[in-house]
Amino acid sequence: MATSAGPALEVRNVSLSFKGVKAISELSFQVERREICALIGPNGAGKSSLLNILNGVYIPDSGEIVFEGEHFRRMQALEAARRGIGRGFQNNALFSGMSVLDNVIAGLSRKSRVTLFEEAFRLPRALSQENAFRARALDVLKLFDLEKHAETVVGTLPYGVQKKVEIARAIVAKPRLLLLDEPLAGMNANEKQEIAAVIARLNRELDLTIVLIEHDIGIVLKLAHHVVVLDYGRKLADGPPETIRDNPDVIAAYLGAQHAEAAA
Amino acid sequence: MNMFLETLIGGLLAGTMYSLVAIGFVLIYKASGVFNYAQGSLLLFGALTFVTLTDQGVPALGAIALTIALLILTAIAIEKLLLRPLTNRSPMTLFMATLGLSYVVEGVAQGIMGSQVRALNLGIDDLPIFLGDIMISQFDLIAAAVALAIVVVLSLLFNRTRIGIQLRGVADDTRAALSLGIDINRIWQIVWAVAGLVGLVAGLLWGARQGVQFSLSLVVLKALPVLIIGGFTSIPGAIVGGLIVGAGESLAETYIGPYLGGGITPWFAYVLALVFLFIRPAGLFGERQIERV
Repeated sequence: MATSAGPALEVRNVSLSFKGVKAISELSFQVERREICALIGPNGAGKSSLLNILNGVYIPDSGEIVFEGEHFRRMQALEAARRGIGRGFQNNALFSGMSVLDNVIAGLSRKSRVTLFEEAFRLPRALSQENAFRARALDVLKLFDLEKHAETVVGTLPYGVQKKVEIARAIVAKPRLLLLDEPLAGMNANEKQEIAAVIARLNRELDLTIVLIEHDIGIVLKLAHHVVVLDYGRKLADGPPETIRDNPDVIAAYLGAQHAEAAA
Repeated sequence: MNMFLETLIGGLLAGTMYSLVAIGFVLIYKASGVFNYAQGSLLLFGALTFVTLTDQGVPALGAIALTIALLILTAIAIEKLLLRPLTNRSPMTLFMATLGLSYVVEGVAQGIMGSQVRALNLGIDDLPIFLGDIMISQFDLIAAAVALAIVVVLSLLFNRTRIGIQLRGVADDTRAALSLGIDINRIWQIVWAVAGLVGLVAGLLWGARQGVQFSLSLVVLKALPVLIIGGFTSIPGAIVGGLIVGAGESLAETYIGPYLGGGITPWFAYVLALVFLFIRPAGLFGERQIERV
């Protein structure tokens, strides 16, 4: 599929504003293939807005996105999904009334190759695709140790388990790039470790490029290969975790603020 | 006792006809959060097209096929020309758009096909049959069977197929559905087409009862109390709501009507709906909105 050897994703001079208020200003950075890139920064720094641009929810005012060598002035949401950009949302965006298995099967939507007509009348090709999807979804549930919950209505599960279901749904169609918005938020220490391990394993075993937003600096510095620090929509720093940790601007704008908060 | 049972059964069967109309609303409301005021006009449009075609000598089967094709095309046109440009607008904007749509559909349909009352014969004899001592309308019985069949088909479609999974996904969380590559516009077309087909069935049954004419589009007003009682988001709710309204109307007319000088059918359903609004604002099966704060 991917032929060019360049970076997985390039953000070039992207700006975004809401009714005149700048959310992102002239932002540029690159995400290499198979790396975990963490976006950090205070609330309102433009992190979620950036993810929304990457998967086509927001339209940037200017700049472009280069995904696997192809240039986009704007991503269309459907196009982004079809090109293999998967997404997990802040606070989860599961189909809460559906079973865990159906949620994950829904994640395979972009892989469907049968026509509406075939599906409506349940012709052989539609049935065999349905079986294949089901089998694939069950495989992924096993990978996440979720198979015992397959038939459970997802809204009734604890938050930490739901987060795993959401990630399972996002990766079941084998995306090429996975965007995760605060995957560890609202979890206790054990759950955080577990989800972080899941993310690391997906990256390692499926060669998945991952861009994630996370506030827990301790985990970010261990998990990510590459950290981009945003503040007020601008890039404050960009580099491997070691250099970020020692960057005085970052300490002042973000890490320092966190420590002050923790001390208070 | 017999009279009570007869009234009750007659009412329940008539109620399934209300349910059929209400289901059309539920489908669209569930998938897109739009209260589709035009459902009544689409129902009239379907029935009127069928009658016009058969009047022109087209055999019934051919007329049904053509009407279905036309309704599907209409659904696609509505999605492309009306819903897509209004994506992410407020529910009130969308409601007003369907209000406008209903007048356009009604106007165009009657402009082309005429506005006089047309008889529609579905070939179902309206002779009463007897279950013991209880007299039941054969037509109502068949109408109820059709409504039941539609509910079964719809629940199979929504629960057993991947289209159903996608549809429920869109209804549940649009942005998540988009991020998975679910084609929301496609889903809306399907939902509007299915709602149109359910409307066609309702329109044919109601049309056979009271003739096909403008007033057919007013059965919408009968569906409203059904939706309030059953909940706007539930197909089983539309069924149960229809049964409650049908039975309630018919029992009230027989047993309370005489004390109030009769003629309480037109408003009784609304009183019932008001009572439900006080006790269960989301309806019997509706989703109660819980906002995360």
